[in-house]
Amino acid sequence: MLARLALRSAARAPVWPAAAAPARLYHDHVMDHYENPRNVGKLDSAANDVGTAIVGAPACGDVMKLQVRIEDGKVVDAKFKTFGCGSAIASSSVATEWIIGKSVDDCLGIKNTDIAQHLKLPPVKLHCSMLAEDAIKAAIKDAQSKSEAAAGAEATATA
Amino acid sequence: MSTEPVASTSFDKMATDKRYAASGEVPEGVARNMQASAAGEVLSPGFSVRGQFLEGRPSYLDMQATTPMDPRVLDAMMPFLTEQYGNAHSRTHTYGWEAEAGVERAREQVASLIGASPREIIFTSGATESNNIAIKGIARFQRAKRRHVVTTQIEHKCVLDSCRWLEAEGFEVTYLPVGSNGVVDVEAVRAAVRPGETALVSVMAVNNEIGSVQPLAEIAAVAKAAGAKFHTDAAQMVGKLPFDVNELGVDAVSISGHKVYGPKGVGALYVRRRPRLRLEPQMSGGGQERGLRSGTLPHPLVVGMGAACAVAEAERERDEVHVRMLADRLLGGLRANLSHVGLNGDEDTARRYAGCLNVSFACVEGESLLMALRNIAVSSGSACTSASLEPSYVLRALGVDEELAHTSIRFGVGRFTTAEEVDMAVELCTRHVTRLREMSPLWEMTLEGIDLKSIQWSQEH
Repeated sequence: MLARLALRSAARAPVWPAAAAPARLYHDHVMDHYENPRNVGKLDSAANDVGTAIVGAPACGDVMKLQVRIEDGKVVDAKFKTFGCGSAIASSSVATEWIIGKSVDDCLGIKNTDIAQHLKLPPVKLHCSMLAEDAIKAAIKDAQSKSEAAAGAEATATA
Repeated sequence: MSTEPVASTSFDKMATDKRYAASGEVPEGVARNMQASAAGEVLSPGFSVRGQFLEGRPSYLDMQATTPMDPRVLDAMMPFLTEQYGNAHSRTHTYGWEAEAGVERAREQVASLIGASPREIIFTSGATESNNIAIKGIARFQRAKRRHVVTTQIEHKCVLDSCRWLEAEGFEVTYLPVGSNGVVDVEAVRAAVRPGETALVSVMAVNNEIGSVQPLAEIAAVAKAAGAKFHTDAAQMVGKLPFDVNELGVDAVSISGHKVYGPKGVGALYVRRRPRLRLEPQMSGGGQERGLRSGTLPHPLVVGMGAACAVAEAERERDEVHVRMLADRLLGGLRANLSHVGLNGDEDTARRYAGCLNVSFACVEGESLLMALRNIAVSSGSACTSASLEPSYVLRALGVDEELAHTSIRFGVGRFTTAEEVDMAVELCTRHVTRLREMSPLWEMTLEGIDLKSIQWSQEH
């Protein structure tokens, strides 16, 4: 089995244990994110500097929840929770990593192709990366609308 | 349980494919985490599975997909693979005669298991071919007078595809729905069958995905009353549950070698002689197998199938007790350790084969769970494990919610499964379902008491 894998592509060195190859031959990066996910958890969704987005649908088999904390126009923290396959979990895990430390404008410029390229997703799983892009945009939009509403409330309070 | 090949783009092609055109560099934080992870650092405590997997082959718990060959079957096959290699149809020398003797002995063994006469058994390349011969052969033989076929929505793909082929030839096919336990209603069959018009009723005995057991004797009676022939795909039932062709009143039965701990590449078709079932052969050639299936028989495989049937007849009751005990242990263990565990199929084992457990773990997607369960070999009805991204059509026919269809895992226990394997499966499932639920937004909502059906999701089908 391993010899056959080696013949298939000399450039790839499969990382998964010799016990059993998964049903799909995922790239190491996907396996890495699945086995050791980053930023799983939640932020306080009531807080004013936290934006929350839930994208996807259970009927489609993919639901991603992404939360971002924004300070001074920069994403300082992000957490995710996902109901979905290994690619979906990896895509949302990568998404959180990709945006932490970036400015809001840079984050809105992240494309699903970035995630697909980094994870080397098989074509049948590309929609997971699109969902991750949607999640990033929706979470930031939610944070922005919350901070605008908070600024508006402050303005009327002090006026 | 789709086994279609995965479409994939090679990593070289990704360099020029515009769906993978990155818009910028990989951020430094991402690269740093990759190195940390490779060095063994855990990045989200409690969610890492590094170092948790055992080395070695996974424990096999997918008996509905195939069964391991019984060593006694291999013993029976060996002489025919090594020294007794003659063509079973050669009439002029001992090589042919001894091969033929092996085949005829196997024929008796298969017949004995189902209560038939050896003259009613023909060997094929598998249950798929047997289904094709039965459905197309029986329908086409009657095409002048009867042009209607009745079957169910949860049949095996080869049955459904054969029926679609018949539709293209001008037959009308009724696909009956099933109840939420996967069992077809006899009254629905009675209403669908048209006396004088229906040529064939085909209903599988035990479903391969959920294990539902159909009321074969009652359906056979309905078919007979209307003058239609009754065929059943009994690949998952023969050798496991009691099966007698005369008690049931069936006209044609498909049997699979590799579902009864025999070799792959061989199957059988029971063709009733009293009253005689007429069918059009699908393979043209030298007229072997009573003219119904031409071609040189793979006599080592046939001998293997015969031996498997003989062992199954001797050990069926012991296997049934063993399988039931293990299935209870598995399902009981899962339910004791986890909440929100659903069973797809009837709880009552009069209507569901005990050894097939199709379980839904709410709020955990099937493929992500399978990746964690790599130390056991099981399969899933989730869309993500099929190349078409459609969840299993059998689960859909049961009326299972689409989101639950994505969460289903099928466990199959059999003659050689041990209690330790079942205990390990329970322990692994408990651990990983719990972990994946902690990672699941749907679980979070369920714990907060939110009704998932009431939510407006961002993407509907």
